[in-house]
Amino acid sequence: MDPLLLLEQAFNGLQFGVMLFLIAAGLTLVFGIMDLVNLAHGSLVMIGAYLATTLIAWTDSFIFGIALALPATFAVGVLVEVVALRTLYRRNHLDQVLATFGLILFFNEVVRIIWGAQSIYSGLPDYLSGQVEIIPGAPYPVFRLVIIAVGLIVAALIYTIVAHTRLGMLIRAGASNNEMVGALGINIKSLFTFVFALGAVFAGLAGMMLGPLTSVEPGIGEPLLILAFVVIIIGGIGSIRGAFIAAILIGMADTVGRVFLPVLLRIFVSDAAADTAGPALASMLIYILMAAILVVRPRGLFPARTG
Amino acid sequence: MNRQQIWISLITLTLFAVVPPLTVLFDQPFYLDMFARIMILAIAAVSLDLILGHGGMVSFGHAVYMGIGAYAVGILSYYGIDNGFIQFPLAMLASALIGLIFGAMSLRTSGVYFIMITLAFAQMLFFLAISLEEFGGDDGMSAARSEFAGLIDMYDGVQFYYLIFACLALVLYLLHRLVLSRFGMVIRASRSNEKRMHAIGYPTYRYKLAAFTIAGTICGLAGALFANLNEFVSPDVMHWTHSGEIMVMVIMGGIGTLIGPVLGASAFLLLEEYLPEWMEMVMTNGGEHWAIVMGPILIAIVLFGRGGIHALFASRGKIGVKQND
Repeated sequence: MDPLLLLEQAFNGLQFGVMLFLIAAGLTLVFGIMDLVNLAHGSLVMIGAYLATTLIAWTDSFIFGIALALPATFAVGVLVEVVALRTLYRRNHLDQVLATFGLILFFNEVVRIIWGAQSIYSGLPDYLSGQVEIIPGAPYPVFRLVIIAVGLIVAALIYTIVAHTRLGMLIRAGASNNEMVGALGINIKSLFTFVFALGAVFAGLAGMMLGPLTSVEPGIGEPLLILAFVVIIIGGIGSIRGAFIAAILIGMADTVGRVFLPVLLRIFVSDAAADTAGPALASMLIYILMAAILVVRPRGLFPARTG
Repeated sequence: MNRQQIWISLITLTLFAVVPPLTVLFDQPFYLDMFARIMILAIAAVSLDLILGHGGMVSFGHAVYMGIGAYAVGILSYYGIDNGFIQFPLAMLASALIGLIFGAMSLRTSGVYFIMITLAFAQMLFFLAISLEEFGGDDGMSAARSEFAGLIDMYDGVQFYYLIFACLALVLYLLHRLVLSRFGMVIRASRSNEKRMHAIGYPTYRYKLAAFTIAGTICGLAGALFANLNEFVSPDVMHWTHSGEIMVMVIMGGIGTLIGPVLGASAFLLLEEYLPEWMEMVMTNGGEHWAIVMGPILIAIVLFGRGGIHALFASRGKIGVKQND
């Protein structure tokens, strides 16, 4: 095994992990506080990606485009919460799953109508499209490093907000007993809206950074949404710390597993068998990991709440 | 199932039974295919209703068992085994086995964990199917229709239709009996208060696991029929949106009523077929954007349509099951 390849894949895994964390953070907060299973969270990733691509093209500047797309995604989040999701908080999980499933169909189609069904591409400015050597002889794309940096900064930001601010105090209080928070004179409705929109911004940010890596197309957020579910299950629903650790774990396992599992299998079985079983096993790896963790800890690594 | 539900079931099944003569009479073979599809998905939806409606287990990966049933037929056919008497039992056995394994792990959790873990397991097999290049990978594989030693000709549309019809009727009857049996009582009771059932001394985990496995097995049957209908198997059948659709059929028709999901499957597939046409009438090229109407319809059903289609026919207050999780 090539150590440089391992290093590169480890960085890729880290980058994938922080991206998953951005999506999972909103999901786990929304679930932890509002007790809402939101399948349409993946649609917010998609909307973020589309808004950023359009606004970057419109402002002709990557930074300004992103800077405008973030508040725009926040606004979309507020709108979705007020119009559609607010009525769902008191419903059971089954209703929430179905209604947000309906929202996904709706959003995908809205995007198809506005931007068309074809993939669109958002380029990178010159200063982000190059490569740097992380250690001599190991070039790595700058943009992926930026993603890692942004992801880690946002993770630190979320942690600071939740653990050390008045807002975070309300969020934590809301997660343990939101009726009591309301009774103490806090406007719980606007707190919910704010938390949801904040989650939307993080998801949108993930979409914005995903856009230049792949292409932007309808339904782009859905595979990530399911991985984000796996992340919050492993991490423990409602726990930001759990989400972060699980996201990095999943990102690493998936990326490194895809590259090295076939190589590893070759040691034990014939090359032909390894080439067939390797990719199959690699694509199942994170789910096997999840099952294994849940056998030991049915409520995830860091269960934040019961129920 | 109360008397009303039995009547609704009998009427629905009678309607299904008269479809083939009508399609021959009006020379519309397309509808034979369409109603065959509806009945197959109805079998899947009814099986989900056993665990979702009666057991309160919100399984979000039910389509995976359809996929296993379908792939069992496809893979056996790939190796030249076309005998339905081998294919169908094996398809159901495979779904039962996977249902048992997934159920055993998923049922250790509850609530939203259960929803997500069933979804994740389904995703796992979906990606497995995609990575199996030998069996067509992403593109899927074709599968010949089963042979039943000359007893049933699956290529004869009407015979095939009545085979599916018989399966649906049998499944409805068996699940009806099951729900009313002592086993069904335990399942329903553990939905409403699992702790109490536990305290009384029932091993609720084992009961729920048995129900989960039965549901998977029946859904595997639907999958085997589905492979026969399409003469094609692809990972799409296991896609998570397909699981969502089966769930929608159950809710649309009326959860916990068994016959409701059959009505739901009919309504869903008919909407899927005709909504684009209706939208085309309103707006040119509107048909391709049918999902923009379908989505809000789903939301409206969830928000306002308590009891689903079944409640339209059954008098209020007699709806079999009140849902809580």
